[in-house]
Amino acid sequence: MEIDPFIFRFSIFILSIFIGYYVVWSVTPSLHTPLMSVTNAISSVIIVGAIIAALAGEAGNIFDTANIFGFLAIILAAVNIFGGFLVTQRMLAMYKKKKKDKK
Amino acid sequence: MISANLLAVFYLISGVLFILALRGLSSPETSRQGNLFGIIGMALAISVTIISVGNFSTGFLYLLILLLIGGSIGTYIAFKIPMTAMPELVAGFHSLVGLAAVFVAISAFLNPEVFNLGLPGNIKIASLIEMSLGAAIGAITFTGSIIAFLKLRGIMSGSPITFFGQHYLNLLLGIILISLIFYLCKTQVDTWFWTIILISFLLGILLIIPIGGADMPVVISMLNSYSGWAAAGIGFTLENTALIITGALVGSSGAILSYIMCKGMNRSFFNVILGGWGATDQSSTNKSKEQKPVKNGNADDAAFLMKNASSVIIVPGYGMAVAQAQHALREMVDALKKNGVKVTYAIHPVAGRMPGHMNVLLAEANVPYDEVFELEEINNDFANCDVAYVIGANDVTNPVAKTDPQSPIYGMPILDVEKSKSVLFVKRSLSPGYAGIDNDLFYRDNTLMLFADAKKMTEDIIKSL
Repeated sequence: MEIDPFIFRFSIFILSIFIGYYVVWSVTPSLHTPLMSVTNAISSVIIVGAIIAALAGEAGNIFDTANIFGFLAIILAAVNIFGGFLVTQRMLAMYKKKKKDKK
Repeated sequence: MISANLLAVFYLISGVLFILALRGLSSPETSRQGNLFGIIGMALAISVTIISVGNFSTGFLYLLILLLIGGSIGTYIAFKIPMTAMPELVAGFHSLVGLAAVFVAISAFLNPEVFNLGLPGNIKIASLIEMSLGAAIGAITFTGSIIAFLKLRGIMSGSPITFFGQHYLNLLLGIILISLIFYLCKTQVDTWFWTIILISFLLGILLIIPIGGADMPVVISMLNSYSGWAAAGIGFTLENTALIITGALVGSSGAILSYIMCKGMNRSFFNVILGGWGATDQSSTNKSKEQKPVKNGNADDAAFLMKNASSVIIVPGYGMAVAQAQHALREMVDALKKNGVKVTYAIHPVAGRMPGHMNVLLAEANVPYDEVFELEEINNDFANCDVAYVIGANDVTNPVAKTDPQSPIYGMPILDVEKSKSVLFVKRSLSPGYAGIDNDLFYRDNTLMLFADAKKMTEDIIKSL
């Protein structure tokens, strides 16, 4: 008997939830806001689905309704990816330790 | 071209890089490197996808243009947004992920061959369930986040909107949603698919409107979680490991944050989600106390007290964010330090409008993060501190949470501000906080009320120092 590939994906899913659980508990509370913005940015990896949806199909017929929805999703995800990672970077750059030599 | 197996390995690598991105956040030192891992993971996932599709004709050109447009908008927002507006920014970004998930699901539904899901009208049942779940959760995330955004931005009132039978209506819609997914699988009729999306849009709105402004930390975390589950749903449809891993990570991350926020208020998740707190049970507790005397102070008194203290603990809250007082606060602390006063900051888990909100604002004002402490770390220090400077916080300092079992906030962990020798309470008026209950602290002998805008009062204190 063969195992349905769905089961493998489902296993990955369940194990990832556990990884997420332990990794997120170890995030220091002072970085909870950057955590939200970075999880937001990485969930935009949904853009891979959007790219496939937008570019697939015959080369001549790129403006099928299905393609257009793909293109729209690309813009939305792109805003999120750039916005999410950069705003996280901006926030993290502000977290500084106490300077020994105070001016 | 690239083989399907190799592609899957690359997606796995970007999934691992995303895990490392979150892992980095365990300390501020490693966090920047973690963010870099995240960026690399994303770049990898996007590049291998483009190569695997292998379509470098006109479509590719459009793709680049759209990436550029979306990227510029995102970059512009990321650099322009003030730190005080971070909660609404995150809510806004969640709505985009939700909508993107809906669009990808629609695209997969209309053109399933592209994703090897079968033919239109004859899509594999499992895929149909996955894509309709992804679309439904994405749609709820979209409209829910928009409502959260409007409330946080102040465009919509932060007070809960409730009406008779609200929860039953939501329950009914939820049941309809599940039945529709069932019918969709049975009949493959596309009308059901569109109806599922429409009902989910409606449900997203209805779920968030009864939740009040100060419960927003829970709402944002919850929507964060939803956006993850939506991504995972789409990941199953597209059989994409990177999406499944990421969706699970984000989903559990949001869920944990919601849990931490609920615990910070000693309320159950359902209690928050069902909403309407403060609207119903405020009347009984605070009527009798109206006319108690309070001690009213000015900036000079406050400056005198703090200058002669040996240790001061600052307790910031949402009011500090509203007044944009973080920079003035830092200057005041610098002035105090010059006088040899030891100053630390105490942050309640639910201070502000999103998890970690106060920490970001203080970091923005160049407060070193090792002077900022969480509730459990610092709560014992109040007993030994001379002055507690409460700026824009209220309910999280209310001793009633420990003493009055009748109070709606009874059992909520609070900062033990009342144990310090004197308390300076910066507030615009004596009005109760979000929970709608009077703060006992106002009337204590060791409390000095400073009635003013948080920023203005702090600036006045700097002048007097």
